[in-house]
Amino acid sequence: MSFIKSKFHHPRIPTNDLGLNYRDYEGSLSTLCAGCGHDAITSAIIQSCFELSIPPHQVAKMSGIGCSSKSPNYFLNKAHGFNSVHGRMPSVTTGANLANRDLIYLGMSGDGDTASIGIGQFSHVVRRQLNMLYMVANNGVYGLTKGQLAATADKGVTNKAGELSLFTDIDLCIMALQLGATFVARSFSGDKKQLVPLIKAAISHQGFAFIDIISPCVTFNNHKDSTRSYNYVHEHITTAAVVDFVPVKKEITSNCANGEGEDICLHDGSLMRIRKSKDDYKTTDAIQAIMDIEKHKKKGEILTGLFYLDPTASNYHEINNTSDMPLNQLKQEVLCPGARVLSGINNSFR
Amino acid sequence: MTQPNSPIVANQCQATNDFVVRFANTNGTGSASANNMFAKAILRMGIPVSAKNIFPSNIQGMPTWYEVRINENNFLARRGGNSELVVAMNAQSLQEDIASVANGGFLLYDSSRALTDKDIRADIHYLPIPISIICQKEYQDPRQRQLFKNVIYIGALAALLNIEFDVLKSLVADQFKGKDKLITPNIYALELGYQYANQHFICPLTINVERRDLVKSRIMVDGNTATGLGAVFGGATVVGWYPITPSTSVVEKFANYCNRLRIDPATGKKNYALVQAEDEIAAIGIAIGAGWNGARAFTATSGPGISLMSEFLGLAYFAEIPVVLINVQRAGPSTGMPTRTQQSDIIACAYASHGDTKHILLFPQDPSECFEFSALAFDLADQLQTPIIIMSDLDLGMNDHLTEEFTWDDHRDYKLGKVLSSEQLDEIENYGRYIDTDSDGICYRTLPGTHPEKGAFFTRGTSRNEYAGYTEKSADYVKNMERLTSKFETAKNIVPAPEIQQGQKLAQIGLVYFGTSSHAIAETKSQLKEHGLAADTLRIRAFPFNNTVTEFIHSHQHVFVIEQNRDGQMRSLLINEQGISPERLSSIANCDGLPMTSTFIVQGVLNKLSNDFSEKQVS
Repeated sequence: MSFIKSKFHHPRIPTNDLGLNYRDYEGSLSTLCAGCGHDAITSAIIQSCFELSIPPHQVAKMSGIGCSSKSPNYFLNKAHGFNSVHGRMPSVTTGANLANRDLIYLGMSGDGDTASIGIGQFSHVVRRQLNMLYMVANNGVYGLTKGQLAATADKGVTNKAGELSLFTDIDLCIMALQLGATFVARSFSGDKKQLVPLIKAAISHQGFAFIDIISPCVTFNNHKDSTRSYNYVHEHITTAAVVDFVPVKKEITSNCANGEGEDICLHDGSLMRIRKSKDDYKTTDAIQAIMDIEKHKKKGEILTGLFYLDPTASNYHEINNTSDMPLNQLKQEVLCPGARVLSGINNSFR
Repeated sequence: MTQPNSPIVANQCQATNDFVVRFANTNGTGSASANNMFAKAILRMGIPVSAKNIFPSNIQGMPTWYEVRINENNFLARRGGNSELVVAMNAQSLQEDIASVANGGFLLYDSSRALTDKDIRADIHYLPIPISIICQKEYQDPRQRQLFKNVIYIGALAALLNIEFDVLKSLVADQFKGKDKLITPNIYALELGYQYANQHFICPLTINVERRDLVKSRIMVDGNTATGLGAVFGGATVVGWYPITPSTSVVEKFANYCNRLRIDPATGKKNYALVQAEDEIAAIGIAIGAGWNGARAFTATSGPGISLMSEFLGLAYFAEIPVVLINVQRAGPSTGMPTRTQQSDIIACAYASHGDTKHILLFPQDPSECFEFSALAFDLADQLQTPIIIMSDLDLGMNDHLTEEFTWDDHRDYKLGKVLSSEQLDEIENYGRYIDTDSDGICYRTLPGTHPEKGAFFTRGTSRNEYAGYTEKSADYVKNMERLTSKFETAKNIVPAPEIQQGQKLAQIGLVYFGTSSHAIAETKSQLKEHGLAADTLRIRAFPFNNTVTEFIHSHQHVFVIEQNRDGQMRSLLINEQGISPERLSSIANCDGLPMTSTFIVQGVLNKLSNDFSEKQVS
């Protein structure tokens, strides 16, 4: 690539608990269109990992194919990444996670990658309760192939070429809720204040976390008929529950008055302070969440925020009872039963 | 001998330790374990034996056959032709079964229902036993009435064929170890059959068995068990899979052995992870994700699964990720004959996926080699950083075969290939994932989480430069593709070499074969000898082919490629890869879904030679 990112930074740039600064969490220069929502997601991921003081090399960046799936190249250069096959990020991430349960798995996908070609794999990775954060950069359009409608595009909208979306749109949050995801949220790439705490909480969550991120495509889906344009989203967004994320050992400084917030303790000891739009909103009721999403949609609103959280969530390894030592670190002595055992097995075939 | 329904016939098959017994049953009636006991009894009498299950894609109620060949010359391939003894327990297939008795052979049948005139052949001997009536009298429980039918005819066969009764008793004791209550009734049922036969027929028949010491240290086991066990010994920890006949039992056996051998004694936790995926695409995706992350991983499938996995195989080839794929082949195309055997995925596997791809294939011939190659495949995958495909088949995978016992050298170390540790990365100035440092086409990889600063790279299916950076520069792309070719050349020297049998003076005929066709080769050579023909043989054990394959072909006048598909796929691969001219290779290809017979091969050789001869005469 001809563009090389400058490594220069301010000498008094803030550092985190690991002594790393924000720049240590960056990736290569983005080749996405200027103004692409995905770049804002990238920046939110960088900020989240920096603020959580995650060692970058302890992250595995997983993706499929599409504009969204290119973006792991643009954050966490010190982490390994795997840009796999269209719609198949969930299975590759499953295998990677099975091999090493100690890493943090960030899955980056798009609406085509998840809601169309990969809808089967998406469904099953939710069921499997894989400990990962699955993010969809959802712009309702196929960007890399120049503007075809995606399955998440609202029924009745037209794409830039004027083609009408004829069929029912798929709501990935509702699917995730129905399939048993233990952390489900929707956010907007243009609302970093909301998105960053959600990403931080989702990473801390020790189970399957899903965030559907509305991420406008400036080139192919930012026109006046679109329901995924910056203008439309800004005008129609509404929020279910806002989240403040408080990492382990940090004092709670969030300034909400008594009774306004609800604290939820996550597995790793960190806290999520949830401020709700309405007093009776519950983030522990998946059915209620599905109804709320549908209700707002009928009103033409896009509901965002944290929809559902099960802080006691389990994950695949707990269900499988996998060894604590990552499987890829087990030595031959442990794995191979040896000649003596084999001779006993031979006798069973006589 | 009493033959109530048939006229006296003069001719009787005569054979000791050389005949075929065919059992005709209904699937779902519990016949499989009784028939297996029969084969094992022969084995325990030290006589070489093979057993082939010919079964439908069905769970209950359809005809199923079990063919046992007893042969002290170790000719254990399917013999083909009619059987000396048929045990007909399925009214549905009775006429077909009567027709399958060899001239002068015997038919054991349940005479609770009388045969009709059209069931009578003058040239065979009938052994009627009123099995259902006996069961009706002896047992109250309907399930027992059904199950013990099978045990009764085994008891009768013991008397008829001279099988040592104590051997059967010890087999029953082994089979029901821990369920001791079942031992006595089973032995009682054996005795019912044994007594009945002794009282009503002249025992033993003119076909019978005699104890030998010819089995030695060999064991009798199916290939899928061996492959699953090999994966345990080879250190596999992650499996993604999707059920498909005939590969399913590879994973089931792997899971069974892991359950015994891979549970951490201190914590009770599993040193493996097994995911039944949503489809074959996800199954191989899981294995590839795990391989990328440094665990030894595999999936097992059959033809339709190979088609689905092709895109992922291309990714693993191009992104250079170790993964093991076990293909237990069945008869295609499409759903084909899902419970019949074939070797018809050779081209599909050798070149699986779009673009220029080539994959390493291993061709085990018997369960012993299934075990060996399965463990070896994980070394090869790690060494070569690419998919390794084990080409088994239904006959090998699901039938019991007499095979050399499994061996393992405790001094053998896993070959984990070129993986850089954190310390090694510290020593390297400028790491590049795809730099061919050793000029063997194999580069150094790193695993996620190894080093805080160095060694991270972006794995991708798109073209990249030596530093794993995305590129569409033609020169970078070509260089990478050529390196992958050179890696394939390197593979030639580390995959299992062909097995050649030839004398000082070369024969005119060269037989090239692989996999389960090998079971028919010794017998083929012996039959060719009867025709005054000598043959040298070469068994292919892996693709890419070692250059000795080409030498063997060039040094023999008539070369036959023996395989189990319609189009001669291995022949095509040899022509394509080794630059051999097509007229040098004659195809002997059987695609009927049943295991290869020596008769078929010999016929193929004779036809070709006589054609050549008559063409010469004409010209």
